[in-house]
Amino acid sequence: MSSAQPLWEVFVRSKRGLSHTHAGSLHAPDAHMALRNARDLFTRRQEGVSIWVVRATDVVASSPDEKDAFFDPSGDKPYRHPTFYDVPDSVTHL
Amino acid sequence: MDERRFQQIVDGDGRIEPRDEMPDGYRKTLIRQIAQHAHSEIIGMQPEGNWITRAPSLRRKAILVAKVQDEAGHGLYLYGAAETLGADRDELLDMLHSGRQKYSTIFNYPTVSWADVAAIGWLVDGAAIMNQVPLTRCSSGPYARAMIRVCKEESFHQRQGFEAMTVLANGSPAQRRMAQDALDRWWWPSLRMFGPSDDNSPNSAQSMAWGIKRFSNDELRQRFVDATVPQAEHLGLTVPDPDLRLDAATGHHVFGEIDWTEFFEVMKGNGPCNRQRLERRVTAHEEGAWVREAAAAYASKQAAREVAA
Ligand SMILES: [Fe+2]
Ligand SMILES: [Fe+2]
Repeated sequence: MSSAQPLWEVFVRSKRGLSHTHAGSLHAPDAHMALRNARDLFTRRQEGVSIWVVRATDVVASSPDEKDAFFDPSGDKPYRHPTFYDVPDSVTHL
Repeated sequence: MDERRFQQIVDGDGRIEPRDEMPDGYRKTLIRQIAQHAHSEIIGMQPEGNWITRAPSLRRKAILVAKVQDEAGHGLYLYGAAETLGADRDELLDMLHSGRQKYSTIFNYPTVSWADVAAIGWLVDGAAIMNQVPLTRCSSGPYARAMIRVCKEESFHQRQGFEAMTVLANGSPAQRRMAQDALDRWWWPSLRMFGPSDDNSPNSAQSMAWGIKRFSNDELRQRFVDATVPQAEHLGLTVPDPDLRLDAATGHHVFGEIDWTEFFEVMKGNGPCNRQRLERRVTAHEEGAWVREAAAAYASKQAAREVAA
């Protein structure tokens, strides 16, 4: 007996000006019900002004196995950060 | 798998995410613990749900509906967390319905008066908070995140219970008797919610090493007693324990011996409401089947239309 209801990932915008953030997941037969269930489950105390639901099977994720190799290229580039550069104390607004 | 790397993350207070490598035992233990926690949340709706139609005022009724709905939500957060670890929702429900997985023994006690609803909020949710707050920092990412949501909501549960208890404790003699009677019946079962003593809790050490458990059952129980006894005093009620006293030297309360025979009896299914709780759950699930089937049929009909269009 496997669930006839697909799994949905829920993203909530907590207030205007902020991005949608992953809140959790839930089961629902269709997108419309997923939205309603998400409202009841994740915004009972005005935690959101907008909700996205995405079928869990439609989410493409990076694989944890290739974690190191995948994110390695950014590991040896400290010059991408402002703290890499020496600025004399007497210089301001930089 | 690289067990050393796993243990390094755990020891460094890091979080294990669902697709990380983890020992089989860790995954199994977590799924089981999270599932049983979820079962407790949804079975826990029953004793309080029993009073929704008979709440003493519209205000109390609205509060109680909101609380019981929260408990349903807690169950759903937790089932969702278990699923990220590879569990199947229907299988988990099946385990509950067939008795292969347990829920907290506390929900097998009856709510015979309105004061029981107050006592549950104050004591049972109070004990649950003591248990759940450390879990917000447990090594499992999904479990910790679910617990953060749950804990944000629990504080309302405990406060509304204490407030309802305060009204009864300051009411007529009959109301005061009701309040005292509820405390008498819920006190010891609440202390047992933390589980058997440390020397009698075989899996505790492993759970500690895995960063799932942060404090021992006895430590958490002691914290609960220390926090709750002054609250009972404030209410003018008597904690039903003749051995209870404050140890001035340690600042902790010393309390009487806990009846573990009763705990294990209720665990085995011999509590006052075990059968009733499970039957109600199974019936609700079965009677809701046509709704799930109709929703699924509607969804596939709509999907077929979209393809055709
Ligand atoms: Fe809860
Ligand atoms: Fe609660």
